[in-house]
Amino acid sequence: MDLHYTPEEQAFRAEVREFVRARLPRDISAKVLGHRRLAKDDYVRWQKILHERGWIAAGWPVEHGGTGWSAVQQHIFDEECAAAGAPRLIPFGLNMVAPVIMQFGSEQQKRRYLPRILSSEDWWCQGYSEPGSGSDLASLKTRAVRQGDHYVVNGQKTWTTLAQYADMIFCLVRTDSSVKPQEGISFLLIDMHAPGVTVRPLYLYDEEHEVNEVFFDDVKVPLENLVGSEGKGWTYAKYLLGHERTGITGVGASKRELALLKEIAAQQAKDGRPLAADPVFRQRLAQVEIDLLALEMTLLRVLSSRTKPGPEASILKIKGTEVQQALTELMMDALGPLALPFSRTAIEEGGSAAPLAPDYAAPLAARYFNWRKTSIYGGSNEIQRNIIAQQVLGL
Amino acid sequence: MDFTLSEEQQLFRDALAKFVQNEYAFEARRKIVASAQGWSGEVWARLAAMGALAVPFAEADGGLGGSGVDLMVVMQELGRGIAVEPYLATVVLGGGAVAAAGSPAQRQALLPGLIAGERQLALAYAEPGARHDLHDVQASARREGAGYVLSGRKATVLNGATADTLVVSARTAGARRDAQGVTLFLVARGAQGVSLSDYRTIDGLRAADLVLDGVRLGADAVLGPVDGGLAPLERAVDLGAAALCAEAVGVIEQLNALTLDYLRTRRQFGQPIGRFQALQHRAVDMLVHAEQVKSIVCLAASAAQSADERERRRAVSAAKSLVGRSGRAVAKEATQLHGGMGVTLELPAAHYAKRLTMIDFWLGDSDWHTERFAAASA
Repeated sequence: MDLHYTPEEQAFRAEVREFVRARLPRDISAKVLGHRRLAKDDYVRWQKILHERGWIAAGWPVEHGGTGWSAVQQHIFDEECAAAGAPRLIPFGLNMVAPVIMQFGSEQQKRRYLPRILSSEDWWCQGYSEPGSGSDLASLKTRAVRQGDHYVVNGQKTWTTLAQYADMIFCLVRTDSSVKPQEGISFLLIDMHAPGVTVRPLYLYDEEHEVNEVFFDDVKVPLENLVGSEGKGWTYAKYLLGHERTGITGVGASKRELALLKEIAAQQAKDGRPLAADPVFRQRLAQVEIDLLALEMTLLRVLSSRTKPGPEASILKIKGTEVQQALTELMMDALGPLALPFSRTAIEEGGSAAPLAPDYAAPLAARYFNWRKTSIYGGSNEIQRNIIAQQVLGL
Repeated sequence: MDFTLSEEQQLFRDALAKFVQNEYAFEARRKIVASAQGWSGEVWARLAAMGALAVPFAEADGGLGGSGVDLMVVMQELGRGIAVEPYLATVVLGGGAVAAAGSPAQRQALLPGLIAGERQLALAYAEPGARHDLHDVQASARREGAGYVLSGRKATVLNGATADTLVVSARTAGARRDAQGVTLFLVARGAQGVSLSDYRTIDGLRAADLVLDGVRLGADAVLGPVDGGLAPLERAVDLGAAALCAEAVGVIEQLNALTLDYLRTRRQFGQPIGRFQALQHRAVDMLVHAEQVKSIVCLAASAAQSADERERRRAVSAAKSLVGRSGRAVAKEATQLHGGMGVTLELPAAHYAKRLTMIDFWLGDSDWHTERFAAASA
């Protein structure tokens, strides 16, 4: 057992840190560190900078344009980007559909889509959930019917993150209603600009336009856009979810948020001294810091074991989102009554939400509410517990 | 970044695990706990023969020169059997203080006998009213001629009554809560003026309250620097806390296994109760606690002997704080999931739950270590 990073890993960290310092645009990092809302262009600009360096696809194999980094290197990269205030990489293309295309897609699909994901030419979104199919995903109803050289798709998807920017959507659709629900599902790639596709915003309770409903009304999709075989979509979806759960841990971002929380606690006052010196707040903060430290060690334990994380990854999803939520809560609590003023303009463009409130306070209560989504998405934390109970504990 | 045990550590772990499983079964332990001494000399001799008592000591002192991780391996396996033998008291705390502060002559006089299983040590630092603070010392050591006269009280001294030699902290200078002015002394159990009252603790161990009434000691009884005893005391207690956290990992894993077994076999409403989602999710939370604790204990074991004081304090206190919180949570869940049987003495689970809960009360509780972690992280 040796819990130090190797000299090679330390050198790698220094290289990443230097690159991010030199190339991450200041206007973007200011937004991230100030918890402002990012525009499409903020994400795409940073992704293109990473693509130019060959670092956009940390987890991909080299033959498809990936870095070939070890899991620990990927974690170091993630930590350094997060610490500097880089935007998260939009995962729907890079980390979700790409591994499915690599594993199950046709040669033509690989040649067409993978380079466009690397270059951020296509913005992807995810078409899984439906109004009647959340955690019970296999009950989904969106139908795709074969007609000559294409499918005709009808139905509705929901919770579609940033679909308003998307060029492509990967969808689970029902191609056969006569078999068991899981066996009649197929995995389809659909052009968001095709006739019959409509996007309607769903505002979250922090008033952010982050998710959408997507309607399909007689949308024609070429047969060649089917991934793998008809009826195997459920298998591909499960493969994808396994990829999503380790990424969702968010250790790098949580470490950054902890540092920002400490800055706020040093600036806010209670009983005539810094909040950071208040015994009650200090205990709450230290407990979350300890949880995060243990989580970081758990993540490194999984990443350094060289075996692909299985259902244990659900532990990372549960604990990772609990820590993230606890940090947003402490940040809001640190403000006291300054958490109350709300201004969409301040959150989107900067500035304060009230004349007597500091700029940094403006987004924090909204962020607390926004972050409640994390224990719901990506398979709710209750679904993760079901997975562990069945697949790890054998109950 | 490597979390794996070496081949040697794995072999040692497997041998200890086998020993604990075969010779420390529930009935055997019950008899040992109920015995007059409260622990088994036979088991102790076997641990000595296996080399377990030699693990943390330097080769020059007759030890194996083991690391914090080696110690973790031993403690995890002892925890799996909730062994009551005085490994923590003698090897880690008492032995740790002697190793950290002792002169070559003192180490030579005490450690080989300890390693052979022939000598017991204990660390007497806690005082009534001091809670977990090591520097809060009222026991006094007054200079007299070339030596000292000790007077004062020490509470909850782990395995104090069976120790041949006690390591005692006493004030040689300064006021009650000063960091400077604390000195460690070696006190023979049978010395004139030493009285020990032995009692059971609720987690199956033995402790003693110690009264020192004008105990006369020679200059050779001073362990480490005069007035500067706090640093080696803190080192020994930190190593003890890291070891105790490792023990907790073994306790938690065994308690989780017992609970899972119960969920699979206990039937109600025509099915194993482990089929009910309300109970499944609680069992999952117990697993999440176990994984988080295992991770932080690796960190504490790796940093327990670090020369960087801040790093050591931060890692050990993070682990002890989390073990306190998570250990109690696991113990509560295990008790609840066992239903009525969980609150009887019939099943092993109850004994594990008690030990796991009370680990928080030894060597600094969760609140104390959380505060210490915050101070080290500021």
